[in-house]
Order: sequence, then C-alpha cells, then structure tokens
Amino acid sequence: MTQVKPTTPQTKTDNERSGAGRDVVLDVNELRVHYETARGDVIAVNGVSFKVYRGETVGLVGESGCGKTTTAMAILRMVQPPGRIISGQALIQGTDLVKLEPEALREARWIKLALIPQGAMNSLNPLMKIKDQIGDVITTHEGRQDKTALKTRILGLLNQVGLPARVYDMYPHELSGGMKQRACVAMAIALNPPLIIADEPTSALDVVVQRVVAQTLLDVKKRMGVSMILIGHDMGLQAQMVDRIIVMYAGNIVEIVPVNRAFSQPMHPYTQLLIAAIPSIKERKPLKVTEGITHDLRNPPPGCVFQFRCPFVQEYCRRVVPKLKEYAPGHETACHLYENPDVMGVVSKMQEARS
Amino acid sequence: MRGISLSYIGRRVLMWLVTIWIGATTIFIIPRLSPGDPIAAMIGRMSALGQTVPNAAEIIKAWHIRLGLDDPWYVAYAKFLRNCFTLDFGYSLTTFPTTVAELIGPALPWTIVLLLTTLAVTFIVGNIIGALMGWRKTPSGLRNILPLGLVFSSIPPFILGLLLLWIFSSTLHWLPQTGGYDPNLFTPGLNLPFLGDAFKHSILPALAIVLSSMGGWSLGMRGMMITTDGEDYMLLAQAKGLRTPYVFLRYALRNAMLPQLTGLALALGLLIGGSTLVETYFAYPGIGKLLSYAILTNDSTLVQGIVFMLIFATATAVLIIDILYPLIDPRITHRRR
Amino acid sequence: MSMSTSIAPATQPSQPVIRAGWRVALADSPWFNAKLVIGLVMVLLMALSSFLGGFFWDLSLARVGSADPNLPPFAMKGDVTSDRPDGTWAHPLGTENNGRDMLAVLLWGASRSLRIGIIAATIGIILGIIMGCVSGFLGGVVDRILLTISDAWITIPALVVLIVIASYVRQMDADTMAALIALFAWPGPTRVIRAQVLTLRERGYIRMARLSGASTFDLIFREMMPNMLPYLAASYAGSVSGSILASTGLEALGLGPTRIPTLGMTILQAQQATAVFTGQWWWWGFPLIVLAIIFGGLFSIAQGLDEVANPRLRGVK
Repeated sequence: MTQVKPTTPQTKTDNERSGAGRDVVLDVNELRVHYETARGDVIAVNGVSFKVYRGETVGLVGESGCGKTTTAMAILRMVQPPGRIISGQALIQGTDLVKLEPEALREARWIKLALIPQGAMNSLNPLMKIKDQIGDVITTHEGRQDKTALKTRILGLLNQVGLPARVYDMYPHELSGGMKQRACVAMAIALNPPLIIADEPTSALDVVVQRVVAQTLLDVKKRMGVSMILIGHDMGLQAQMVDRIIVMYAGNIVEIVPVNRAFSQPMHPYTQLLIAAIPSIKERKPLKVTEGITHDLRNPPPGCVFQFRCPFVQEYCRRVVPKLKEYAPGHETACHLYENPDVMGVVSKMQEARS
Repeated sequence: MRGISLSYIGRRVLMWLVTIWIGATTIFIIPRLSPGDPIAAMIGRMSALGQTVPNAAEIIKAWHIRLGLDDPWYVAYAKFLRNCFTLDFGYSLTTFPTTVAELIGPALPWTIVLLLTTLAVTFIVGNIIGALMGWRKTPSGLRNILPLGLVFSSIPPFILGLLLLWIFSSTLHWLPQTGGYDPNLFTPGLNLPFLGDAFKHSILPALAIVLSSMGGWSLGMRGMMITTDGEDYMLLAQAKGLRTPYVFLRYALRNAMLPQLTGLALALGLLIGGSTLVETYFAYPGIGKLLSYAILTNDSTLVQGIVFMLIFATATAVLIIDILYPLIDPRITHRRR
Repeated sequence: MSMSTSIAPATQPSQPVIRAGWRVALADSPWFNAKLVIGLVMVLLMALSSFLGGFFWDLSLARVGSADPNLPPFAMKGDVTSDRPDGTWAHPLGTENNGRDMLAVLLWGASRSLRIGIIAATIGIILGIIMGCVSGFLGGVVDRILLTISDAWITIPALVVLIVIASYVRQMDADTMAALIALFAWPGPTRVIRAQVLTLRERGYIRMARLSGASTFDLIFREMMPNMLPYLAASYAGSVSGSILASTGLEALGLGPTRIPTLGMTILQAQQATAVFTGQWWWWGFPLIVLAIIFGGLFSIAQGLDEVANPRLRGVK
C-alpha cells in the first residue's frame, strides 16, 4: 500500500538509519509537560523518550494538539505558564537542558540548540534590520566582533540560504514570506549548533515557496552535518526530508520508524491511518476518515491512549497501557497488536486489514 | 528620505492649516453669540468700579472700528483672519494701552519651559514605568513598588497642586508659595540667581502636572507592553538566548513605544488645559494665568490672542510630531492610502 | 471525525466532568473581572451619593450659613491662637468659611459631578456613534471630511476653548455645562467607532450577513455592536472621566454653576481663602479624596474593560 516513495537518494540502509552505534546529540528521557488549569491538569506530553543522532533529521509528526510543538518547546525550555515541565530530562551533548539555571540556559541557547520558528512572518522584529537580527545573536554569545568580519560572516550566512546580499540591509516587511523563512534559517545556523528544531517551517507558505525552503534546509543539513528535528504534519514533506519519523498522539509517542518503513510497513494503527490519508496521484481510493474524537486530555483513559479511535481496539487495550518496544531494527511502536498478539488473538485479521 | 513623501507632508500641512482655521473661526464666533456690546459693557463695568474713563465715546468708536463690530460679519471675519495671520491682536481692553502682544510676550517663556519639561518628564518616566510594569521579566520587588507612581494619577493636577503646596510649602517650608519668582529679591533676566529662584518656584507646578499625567502614560504603555510581550518575535528573542535588558530595550520597548508617540499629539491638548489651571492656582506668571486674568476681567482681545496662540502652538507641535514619526517607524511608507 | 470505514466500531469516550449553569458562565465571563467590578461599585456609590446620603444626613446643611464656620472635622481640637472652635460630631467633616457643612457639600457635589460627566459623555457617544458609523460606512469624501474635522477638533485644547465659551454664558447651570462639554466629547468616540467599523466591515461574518440580505441597520446593531462593546464602553468611561475633569476645571475657575455646591467650586473657594496656609485642610482635602475615588473608579472600569477587549491582558498582575 505504498503510495509515496521517499525521494532522497536511499544511500542508507534502515539499519544505518536506526542510528545504532552513532553519537547521540539529543537524549530525551521521560519528559512530562502539564498545563495547569483551574479544572485540572492537561497532560500535554506524557513521558516521552527518544534520541536524535548526529547528522540525522528526525520528523516529529502528529495531528494538531498531539503535543509535538509542546515537546519541542519543552526541550527549548520555552514552555509558557500555565504549562510546566513536571519531570524528565533533555540531554544535549551531555548537558541536561531541563535542569539548567536561567543564566546558564541563556548562554547555552542558540549555541547548543537553535529554533526555526513556525511563522517567520511574525518572528522577526519589525523594527530591526536583518543584519542586526542575525548579528545580535552572534555578538551576544561570542562577544564583540570586528565590524567587517561580522559583516562578511552575515553575508556568508545569507549566501548559504540563497538570499541575495541586499537582504543584509533590509527590514522584515520588505521581504517575502519565503525570504523571511530563509532569513530565519540563516539565523539558526549562525552559531553552528549541533541541533536545530524546525517547527513546521513551511506550513505558512505556498507550495512553490515550500519547495525552495525545504531545499534550503536540505542543503544546510548536507553542508553542515547538523541534526534536525522537523515538526510537521505534511507526510509528503517528511518523506523527502527526514531519516526517521516519530509519531505522536495525545501526548504519547506511538511509533518511531525509519522513513522507508513508515510508508511501506507502518505498524501502529494511527500511523497507518496517517499514511492512508495521504492522497495519491496514481490511484483512486475512498477518503478514509477516523471515527471518534480525541479524549479530554485532562482525563486520559486507562489503557492505550488511542483506544477511542483505533480500528483494532480490544478489551485488553482499554485496561493495559502498551509500552514502546522495538520490533525491527530502529522500528519501535506501542501497541498490543505486537506486544501481546496472542491476547489480542487477531493476527490474521490484522494482516488482512493492512493489505 | 525614507518614508516621507511630498504628498504626506502636504497632507499634514493642510491638516495644520485646517486645525488653525477651525480654531480661529471658533474664537471668532463665540463672542458674537452672546448678545450685547462688549465694549460698552466693559466700559460700563469700569465706570461702575470707580475708574474714570475719559473719552469713553471715542474709545468705543475706535474699538468698534478696530474690531469691526459695525461691519457685516464677513468683513469682520476677514479682518479677524488677517489679524490672526499677522499675529496682531491689538490692544488689551483692560490694560489699555498695552498691546496684547506685550502682555503675551513675557508670559510665553514661563509656560513654554514649564510645558516642555513636564511633557518630556511625563512621557519618559511614565512610559518607562509602564513598560517595566508590563514586562514579564521585571523583578518582582521592582514590580511591586511601581504602582506607587500611579497613586496620584486620579487627581486633577490643580488639586494635586494644593496637596503639594500643603506638604512642601505650608508644612515643610521647603518650597515657595506662589509666583514664578520673588520680585523683591530677583530681577528677571538670564542671571543665575534669578534662574535658580525661578526653578525653585516651578518645581511644585511641574510636579503637580507630572504626577497627575504620568499615570495615563504608564497604564497605556503597560497595555502595549503586554501585547508586545506576546508577539512571536519576543519568543524567538528568548530562544536566541539574548540578554534580558537588551531584549527589553531593543525588542520590547522600542516596539511598544511607537503607538505611544501618536498619543503624544493628543496629550498635548490635555496638558495645556491642565497647565492653565495649575498656573492659575500657583499664580505662576505664564500664559495660563494670563488667560484666567483675561477672562476674569473680560478682556476679549487678550483672550482671543491667547487662545489663538495656544491653538497655533498645539497644531504646530502635532505637525512636527507627525512629520517626525515616519523617520522612527520604518514600516510607514505613506503612499496614498 | 464522522464517517467511518473502520472494521470494529469505536466506543464513546468517557464523559468529561462538565460544570454548567449561569453561575459558572458568569464567573468565567471576562466581563466579571475584579477591576471592572470594583470600579463600578466605586462610581455607583459616588453617583448615588446625594440620593443615598439623603437617607442619613441632612443635605440642606450644604447651604451657606447652616452652621458655625470653620469647624474642623470630627472632634478635633480647635486652635486657640487663630480663634478656631473645636470640631463636633454634628459636622463630622467640618465646615468651611461660609458655614457650609462639608459632608453635605460632598454628598451633593459627588453625584452632581458624576451626573454632569455622564450626561456629557452620553451625548458625546451618541454623536460619536452616528458620525463614526456614517464615516466608516460611507467612506470616500464624507469620511475624509469628518475625519479631518474630528482630528482637528481633538488637537484644539478643549479646556481652553471651553473656558472661553463658558465665560460668555450668563447663567451657567449644570445641564448647560454638560452640553458644552459634550461639544468636545464627540471626536474621541467617533474615531474609536470609525476604526471599529472599518475593521469589522471586512470581517467574514459581516459579509455573510450582507450577503444574506441584512439591512445596514441590522448590520450595525446586530452584528457589529456586540463586538464593539468593550471598546465603546472603555471609550465611554474615558469620556466620563474627561468630562468630569473638564467640569471640575471650569468650576475651579469660577465658571461653573454657582447656585449649587460643586466640588470644583468648593476647591476654588478654599484656594481663594488660602485654606492651604490657614490649616483648614478639610476644606480642600475631602473634595480631593472624593475626586480621587471618582477618577480612580472610572480608571478601574477602563482597565477592566481593556481586559475584556484584549484577552492577553487578563490574569496579568
């Protein structure tokens, strides 16, 4: 049922993609984020754990409200009240970001971890020129710079993202949407961080510009070897850009899968639904929409978090929480269909449904 | 120049002219709406008070011609506009033969100094207090003291002046009671002793105006700051790990301040009104006090002269602010709307 | 979320706890915020002061000569050197030069000031609504002219011109003064409403209403007004505040109504009798407090309305 084929050259095997044995850039452990409201805590991120290896791009996907942006914000330590990080770790090259004191955190920001924000339209200070907005992060973290050296450096950054030199002296409102987004990319790579989080960098753009920005990101990644977390819900875009995909639902990770297998052999029912929902140019098929609504995040049900919308749900699912386990190299999922197949007793039915 | 086009300046100047014209017309119309001959009434008043007015008939006639009281209204109007244009308001009715200009002249510097300083202090201090109040990262100790600056903003300035007088003049005897300077001790002029005494006399009036006007700016700025704080570029600034004071100044304050500048033009009119009363209550020798005196003594020409001056000054200040604004905000391009 | 091609039917999610009812709706409503409520209470108390006060105090004591002059408040000791008698509880806030009882004067003055302010602001806002809507809807030349006039009118220092006008009025009474002040109260609301009309005019739901054939009248009152309400109310509170300031200012120059006790006039008389320096602090001090309560209350209302209009301001200290 493969409708979309990843188009980046498949030079890595799935095994290599799984990253076993490579350097860990980001190690997230049991991260929990709650939003405290008068009517109870909303559990936005429910004990999430994953790793990002050097040089790879990880996609973080899920529907709106699943917690992917909150996870990223938590790693950046930018969760706004009433949100709060309850527990967990986020280790970047050994340093736990969650435990850092404010001043140490400020110093580590952008050097260890940069952000390409979602809406570049509003993320650039309208009263500052581009050169100042890229420049100030350099001078803040690296001290005062020689003027000409700084200018050369900034122009170099602009060149890397494909922006003309005149952008240097311009104000944000003089740039188009795509140019603004690329300026944000230039800002993110300014200090050569090991990890960049790109929060839906192309969502606000039209398709043609999306391609330009996506291409820029790929170039940057190739040239600098930077690791990236790419948040989004456009599976087609993910297919072209990432090495592994993390699928989230209602604050939990339901599947971690190398990109090829995500499209050829998705394991978790939710991932399957996501893939199936991608329209295809080649074949006609009925629109598959999931029934049911997401539960109240203040009141998660006992058992599997996906039980209300899962096509394969059983009594067992409603009682016992499935654990995230690895079933193939680099391919993990949290589902009783694999964890306890005999209890589920629906092996053949499952295989039948998946074809 | 960036952002300014000829048509923009043209429109602003036109606005300036229209404002002055409307003001002048209003000044012209008002006295004519009340029945009776002001000159005769005034002379009658003066006689009743015991002053002898020689050549009363001639004076009345001369004034009628001067003020165009016998002319049809359009001729009178034209004459009036001409007078405004040449800033020639003739003689003061009650202190004849002093001209209006002679009376306004000495009073002007007092008021200008008072207004400029209070405007500057109020704007700067008020906005900074408001910005600190609205900024999320202000240390809580500071944040708790700041509202004290707003305590007096609910009291009209001239009444606040009485309170200040009571505290500083009557009780503590630190500052003088009234007037602009002590005429027994000092002579006006650019000499230091005089300026020092003038300064002492101006502290309380200025303080009254500043304390009561500051609150408005603070709360407006606080609102702007809170709104600015929620903007996306503030989030990115935080993610970039920039230092807090720098983010406060360059990302937050600058952006929040801009709309406040447009409010400056509006505040000017209020400030002038407030300072008129303050000057009267402190017997401060400025335009405001002159105006109350003129009204009390029914000196119509003086009133006309003063009010026109004030309207002119306000309109001009607004014009200057309007022209300077695009220089500060790079987003304004001022093409045709 | 609706149609299904699934194999096994999904069950209903567990019912979340819902607290409903009008009490919750009220408590949750942004209109029910502390600043607004406190401000309204303060202002209402002041507005009804002469009405409520009449129940427990003899308001005719505000007339000249009702009592011994220059009594200090409560039972404060008098000053032998300046020949001042002791205070009594019969006149808890003291009396002034002419024998008026301060408490009675204040009870009268507070509600009088608010009445003037409210009348002026109401006329102003009605004019503002009319002109703002006309300007916003018609656009073009009419809009330009009205905009120019209202901008010019705002620039002109209101108090100064008011002073001039008032000085020509023979017999000033409270309602005349309110009408005069209203002359200057209309540009503010006009601009606010015009801005709102311009913004809302292009919103989707307005276009929908127009498409479904709603008349302009309907558009204004059914669709736009409810959304403009917080801005209108804030503008109104500001107008009331400004009008009271103007009226007090006029009174303080002797240009206000003279037949009734007003706050401004009381202060004028206090100043003329140099009450600050003769130690008669109650003469000007209590009016000051009353004015502070009035303006403070209006300020608070405006802040509260700001919070309704701009959700970001809610919940911030």
